[in-house]
Amino acid sequence: MSAHSDPASARPGRWQPAVTQDPILRKHGAQGNGPLGQPVSRIEGPLKVQGKARFAAEFPYEGLCYAALAFSTIARGRITTLDTAAAEAAPGVVLVMTHRNAPRMKAPSLMMSSPTAAGASELPVMQDDQIHWNGQPIAVVLAETQEQADHAASLVRAEYAALPAVTSFDDAKKTPRQLDNILGQPPVVEIGDAEAALKAAEVRVDQIYRTPRHNHNAIELHAATVAWTGDELRVHDASQLLDLTAGQLADIFGLEADKVRVSSPYVGGGFGGKCLWDHQILACAAARLAGRPVRIMLSREGVFRIVGGRTLTEQRVALGASADGRLDALIHTGIVAMTTHNSCPEQFTFPTRHLYAAKTVRLAQAVADMDMVANTFMRAPGESVGTFALECAIDELAEKLGLDPIELRRRIEPDKDPTSGKPFSSRHLIEAYEKGAARFGWDRRSPTPRQRRDGEWLIGMGCATATYPYHRFPGGAARIRLTAGGHVTVSTAVHDMGMGTATVQIQHVAARLGVPLGRVTFEYGDTTLPRGVIAGGSTQTASVGGAVIAATEVFVEELLKLAGNDSPLAGLSLADVETRDGGIGHRDDPARFESYESILRRSGRDELSCEADAPPPAEMEAFSMHSYGAQFCEVRVSEITGETRVSRFLGSFDAGRILNAKTATSQFKGGIIMGLGLALTEETNFDPRTGRIVNASLAEYHVPVQMDVPSIDILYTDIPDPQAPMGARGIGEIGITGVGAAVANAVYNATGKRIRDLPITLDKLM
Amino acid sequence: MNLFTYERASDASGAIDLARGNAAARYLGGGTNLVDLMRETVERPDMLVDVTGLPGGIEPRADGGLLIGAAATNTALAADPHVRTHYPLLARSILAGASAQIRNMATVGGNILQRTRCRYFYDTAAACNKRQPGSGCDARDGFNRYHAILGASPSCVATHPSDMCVALAALDAMVQLDGPGGARRLPLLDLHRLPGDRPDVETELKPGELITAVEIPPLPIARRSTYRKVRDRASYAFALVSVAAALDVDDGGMVREVRLALGGVAHKPWRASAAEAALKGRPATAESFRAAAEAELAAAAGLRDNAFKIELAKRTIVAVLTDLKGEDA
Ligand SMILES: Cc1cc2nc3c(=O)[nH]c(=O)nc-3n(C[C@H](O)[C@H](O)[C@H](O)COP(=O)(O)OP(=O)(O)OC[C@H]3O[C@@H](n4cnc5c(N)ncnc54)[C@H](O)[C@@H]3O)c2cc1C
Repeated sequence: MSAHSDPASARPGRWQPAVTQDPILRKHGAQGNGPLGQPVSRIEGPLKVQGKARFAAEFPYEGLCYAALAFSTIARGRITTLDTAAAEAAPGVVLVMTHRNAPRMKAPSLMMSSPTAAGASELPVMQDDQIHWNGQPIAVVLAETQEQADHAASLVRAEYAALPAVTSFDDAKKTPRQLDNILGQPPVVEIGDAEAALKAAEVRVDQIYRTPRHNHNAIELHAATVAWTGDELRVHDASQLLDLTAGQLADIFGLEADKVRVSSPYVGGGFGGKCLWDHQILACAAARLAGRPVRIMLSREGVFRIVGGRTLTEQRVALGASADGRLDALIHTGIVAMTTHNSCPEQFTFPTRHLYAAKTVRLAQAVADMDMVANTFMRAPGESVGTFALECAIDELAEKLGLDPIELRRRIEPDKDPTSGKPFSSRHLIEAYEKGAARFGWDRRSPTPRQRRDGEWLIGMGCATATYPYHRFPGGAARIRLTAGGHVTVSTAVHDMGMGTATVQIQHVAARLGVPLGRVTFEYGDTTLPRGVIAGGSTQTASVGGAVIAATEVFVEELLKLAGNDSPLAGLSLADVETRDGGIGHRDDPARFESYESILRRSGRDELSCEADAPPPAEMEAFSMHSYGAQFCEVRVSEITGETRVSRFLGSFDAGRILNAKTATSQFKGGIIMGLGLALTEETNFDPRTGRIVNASLAEYHVPVQMDVPSIDILYTDIPDPQAPMGARGIGEIGITGVGAAVANAVYNATGKRIRDLPITLDKLM
Repeated sequence: MNLFTYERASDASGAIDLARGNAAARYLGGGTNLVDLMRETVERPDMLVDVTGLPGGIEPRADGGLLIGAAATNTALAADPHVRTHYPLLARSILAGASAQIRNMATVGGNILQRTRCRYFYDTAAACNKRQPGSGCDARDGFNRYHAILGASPSCVATHPSDMCVALAALDAMVQLDGPGGARRLPLLDLHRLPGDRPDVETELKPGELITAVEIPPLPIARRSTYRKVRDRASYAFALVSVAAALDVDDGGMVREVRLALGGVAHKPWRASAAEAALKGRPATAESFRAAAEAELAAAAGLRDNAFKIELAKRTIVAVLTDLKGEDA
């Protein structure tokens, strides 16, 4: 049998976000949550190391052909000649698709513009001769082997009638565009007259900070294997956006929603980049044209050309303070590069909305339109670069005030959200600082720069605040299936890009239902499962949590019905019971208990399946919910060459309940490592003359390598957030926030030089 | 990548015969550079002649020097006990380059003839006089952090990316060649050219010529030698500036002999002859080191992104010489 819940009903015993707590929190502490929080190794690990986990480009198909792309070499204009004859004549070529013969397709719609929209851009894909960015796909070659396709793609010749293109940020920012919202939030926040308060302040910091473009460089290249059967489309994708991708593809190709199935059980890194880009759409179109299944795997250069990255920002932070270290004015404004065909405004003012108490506030951000590939989300969009500017400025202010930077943060710690006025659900930033400082040996830092050295190496320490919002996306559902043997399978179309989703959800379900880990299966990564949320915004764990809570409620109610009058549970309702020890028990009476299996057996069923939608995220409306952290960095800077080496790093986080000590630590560390790249090495070289990315290669686009990464120490408060499912607030992105500033502040402490322009390359320190 | 045939040679004459008269044939070492360039369609050979089966031994010579077969891998050369003892700068230069995996594949011959990393050279959409003579140079006013500050020309500002070659340049290595016109020897310093108005002609090699071996003359002072590479991350990045040096200071604190070469600064491995001349017979002090560095970089010219390398090169020279002198004390 199968039951489905009505999300609107608020029956006693149900979790009501913002009103009641997730019942699992009652089990925290004395009783404990069994496997929850334990450092369980990723369950798919053995499959991966044996090469048995199949990634998107590894699905065999009868008659499979391989795709390669040719890219435009101008930024704006029209294709005048597109000569595909040589490519078509090349060995093994099945067909060449261009705008001339591509199937007619609807343009994607921008993500968040509708429940099925997944477009990173709303440009039509290969439907006309127009060029909108340098690197736009102009032809798809299908061939019998990848090598043949690559070779033929290199034979496609194009000529263009170029139009004037905006490829210089300096030009673009002369005509800023105001947005009417930034991801649904107001683009401008004003409390009092901040400029006037700044002028009047006793101590002032007023600086411009710059962060460059970054590109997504997950180890797994973007890939998809696609196959049509009649009007049914099957897509094996590398995706953090399954249901949206399916819905959007259905829309583009004019199909019924249920005709598209997308799956993505394993993803080799996402970080916001593994969404719907042109390549999946082109592969589906070309497969339809050829009448054969198609595999597309972008080259590394291809990822740089057609997958957007983090956009550049130019930010002003101005702080006015009283001599005793209270903020009179907090100003954070600036501009980012964007396009007219996407909506990803790099919300760098977001952290500033919630971090510090100030008498007056002015936050505003605009965009500068450029002709470039649509920029996109990249691990902590906004927060990563926004905290760089803000937290450097706070460090500069602390110095001017003669205060330890942690002490300054203590003095500007707010007692409610400084811009929304909402209460914090749970905020332990200062505790995170104190724990981190003690472990890191912060007291050994000299308040004056250039005081420690080891030969030519100047040594310094810096710290900065990390922060990332809690979100729970609505719209997710989960199914719980119990078999007579007592095995539980929980299903929802969510994603595991390597961060441990399945592992943690197995721990979660085992803890929630009181069954051993080995009796739980977590099904995910396939749109045939109950609708899942996207893996973005560090929301997935909490969102799945909300759906599983709801499904558990239905599950318990169904079991209580099935238990009937012959059970020790007779007459009890949801509000009276809890799930424990493989069954249902009275909350206050240990004797009244019956196991799941016993209930099923007695009712003569071999299976029970319940599905429910997560309740809407009312907690986000009622509370200011954010994770926090304190990042501590020690650097060594060569006085001769200006080379910076990070010698120690510590991140101390307050991210709610930690659900798996091992995978969480990996997430924090991974975020910090990515933050070291942001601080020191990563920069996309976007040629302002042509709008072309010049360093489209991992040899020249510098992510941190092993030797750039010191030992990283991770601490966390592990204090459950009473408003969040499982008490957990999401940990995927916070690790990168604050890192840029912690490094820059440490560099200042070592050298006496403030670098306000990332990355901190050696020439800036010589 | 276009279609090509693949042949394996087992000796030099066999390789030369296979490639004879075919301007579109290329010798293939480890392929770590050539195959990349083929993927980018910058190189379009119609035949590859694999020369990794040719001699690759590393043999001490009677005169105390070393003879290295061109097929020796970078890893083998860096690990060779004789090299580590007598020519530490060479071992260190190799280990400062690429990654262990690449060094396992890369050969000495291929390392010497690897091509520039200028991204405009790699990107067939860009103007590059080296790739397509007469098309212009997008690097001169573009991203040129890794580009030349010495010996560049209006038509090309690319650098030679090898670390190993910088050490070889300091050591006065000789390159043994063989080809359709017979065998000959050439100082490594004369093998690579400055770009002038023909940046597409990178070496003095004649058509079909093969590197068969590298000779390193004996150099007792090289026992105290080193290589310092300055780069944008701690490993796996090309040099912004690198310095290979050997220094011999007499009892009176005077420089008896010095070898100095720079990487990351020019279209070829750069022997710092002006600096050497300025140092010989001078006191081994920070002042003389700096004066020598100034002398070497006097003619340097910076571009948009790389002007800092002039000062960086000077500082690195001083630091390396200071270190070598310190080891003496
Ligand atoms: C990501 C990356 C990072 C790197 N980082 C560094 C670095 O930091 N420092 C550094 O020095 N190098 C670096 N390299 C370059 C590397 O050292 C070279 O690719 C390698 O040394 C080339 O050797 P190979 O045998 O693979 O040459 P191949 O790629 O096989 O050949 C290179 C060229 O030499 C020619 N050739 C090969 N052998 C002979 C011969 N015997 N006679 C005549 N011609 C010959 C070929 O025809 C070709 O033109 C890096 C390479 C990569 C891919």
